[in-house]
Amino acid sequence: MSLELLEGSEAIARAMISAGCRFFAGYPMTPFTEVLEGMAEHLPDVGGVCVNAESELEAVGMAWGAAAGGVRAATGSVGQGLSLMQESIAELCFARVPMVVLNMARGQGDYYQATRGGGHGDYRTIVLAPADLTEAVELVQLAFHLADKFRNPVMFMGDYYLAHVVEAVDTGPRLFPPLGPKDWALDGSTSGTGKARIVSPIMPTKRDAEVFIEYGDYLEGMSGRMAELVAGVDPLYEQGGCEDAEYVVVAYGTPGRIVRYVVEKMRRDGVKVGFFRPVTLYPFPAEALVAATRSARAVGVYELNAGQMIDDVRLSLSDRPITFIGGISFDDSGFGIAPELTPAKVEQRIIKAMAQARAEMAASAEMAV
Amino acid sequence: MTGVIDTSAPPSRPARLVDDFAPPLILPGAHQLCAGCGEPAAIRSVVEMIDELGLTARAVGVFGIGCYTSFSPGMDVEVLQALHGRAPSLATGLKRVQPRSIVFTVQGDGDMVNEGLQEVIHTAARGEPVTCIMLNNGVFGETGGHMTATTVIGQRTKNSLEGRDPKKHGYPIRMAEMLAPLDGVAYVARGATNNAGNIFQLRKMLRSALQAQADGLGFTFVEILTMCPTGWFLQTGEAPDYLEDKLQAYHKVGIIKDVSVP
Repeated sequence: MSLELLEGSEAIARAMISAGCRFFAGYPMTPFTEVLEGMAEHLPDVGGVCVNAESELEAVGMAWGAAAGGVRAATGSVGQGLSLMQESIAELCFARVPMVVLNMARGQGDYYQATRGGGHGDYRTIVLAPADLTEAVELVQLAFHLADKFRNPVMFMGDYYLAHVVEAVDTGPRLFPPLGPKDWALDGSTSGTGKARIVSPIMPTKRDAEVFIEYGDYLEGMSGRMAELVAGVDPLYEQGGCEDAEYVVVAYGTPGRIVRYVVEKMRRDGVKVGFFRPVTLYPFPAEALVAATRSARAVGVYELNAGQMIDDVRLSLSDRPITFIGGISFDDSGFGIAPELTPAKVEQRIIKAMAQARAEMAASAEMAV
Repeated sequence: MTGVIDTSAPPSRPARLVDDFAPPLILPGAHQLCAGCGEPAAIRSVVEMIDELGLTARAVGVFGIGCYTSFSPGMDVEVLQALHGRAPSLATGLKRVQPRSIVFTVQGDGDMVNEGLQEVIHTAARGEPVTCIMLNNGVFGETGGHMTATTVIGQRTKNSLEGRDPKKHGYPIRMAEMLAPLDGVAYVARGATNNAGNIFQLRKMLRSALQAQADGLGFTFVEILTMCPTGWFLQTGEAPDYLEDKLQAYHKVGIIKDVSVP
């Protein structure tokens, strides 16, 4: 274990290389650019390849080709660039090609895009959202493990803050359970053997395969594969102060970190408030959220958008008043720096929401009498 | 009487089965393409040249989306199936991590020139040592005969019923001539499958392109003019002459660039 003081994007790049990533392709866009710079600098040192793609369309295509060649590959962008990649991300799920996709978001307006996907067809990707660098260097390595394990793209969601915060972290390799060999990957060696491999989103088998799978049957199999993915991934989360909380605030990513700080401070002030931070945004930690809000009379959702993750909170909790206490907040840089995201302002919102919840509770109790 | 098999005596040699004629690396079974289509001969030429050069155990085909995609599960060659227009970027990623592999793409004119034009241009400019093959019939064959960026002037398609008119539809792109001047490009040629002579020449072109890739000379490109009687609204037998009279008049057959020749 050796801690180094690193900027977020540099730490993420180094952790990806520790995870065995040997191919990276990207198109510059802040705050993804800085990770691309790190990969361009460090990948050649370990015999890897980093390509400056002509657009996000080609970046995901190149990573697709490299991943099909059996190498751990990644790409990424910002919400806008990821919009361009959506067709490929969907088809990568159908083709069962593992890949890590960095989503260095500007603000939190891309929660739907990340967790629902903007692509076509029935597919889902695992989404991991760290709140700080210690977690980021772990999760980006877990992302490669899960991608290979499920042969599915995994999205790693950061933001401008995560890319630029400087923290002491250990970017060395983490241990994961061993995975089988990639006996589906392509290098030409099975051509002409009568068992030539195929990696395809539409035709998983060659015509002369012992078990030939038709297109329709293959597509129908997607529902089973998605169920397998949801069942196979342990939803990750962090919570604090929830045991006797009368109010629980749900937040993810960097805002989740600020909310954690605020809630811990309010706890010290004697306020019965808790926080819940989903780390896997898909699969969403619904059961854990139910358990964490058992004592809460109301739940608040703090996000830097118009209210997106609140849908998943509502799907998880059916019997609790849920209020949205976040909002869109952007400074003029356009990079997703939120003037509203200060501990003082977040605390004000929580205090106001708690007061309102109490008042509503009292009013409904009065009506019941 | 000519043309009638004499059955009055046992045959002088044993009967031959379809498999006896099956080309190497093409899996047995009928392909799903229309009668008179020029694509099967093109695909067959590609894989036979790979076989002849002894490159089979290194070969991976990256397929686009079009009629020819039905060959993607029909060959005893490793296949990476790409999205429409996106084969060159997948080929790039694969070749970069498996540099010993021989990577060829198969795309149509709709796939390469319409949907994914910038992919092939940048792949060529980077000098990626892969072989991009474009099957050019001047129409979206799979959708039933619609105009592409290579449709020649005057050609009737379902969305240019009066014939392609430059005033309305612009001019066709000559893909081979467009890629040849780029510095990273080692070999560019345009062949055709409409007669035996052209196929013979095409096979030599494919051989040169694949050999140049194996020698690491740079990006290689072979455009192949193929018949599409269905999409051209012609009788099957009329398509080879239509290709020669109309397509070849605009898209000239020949070797356009070969850096291995001093």
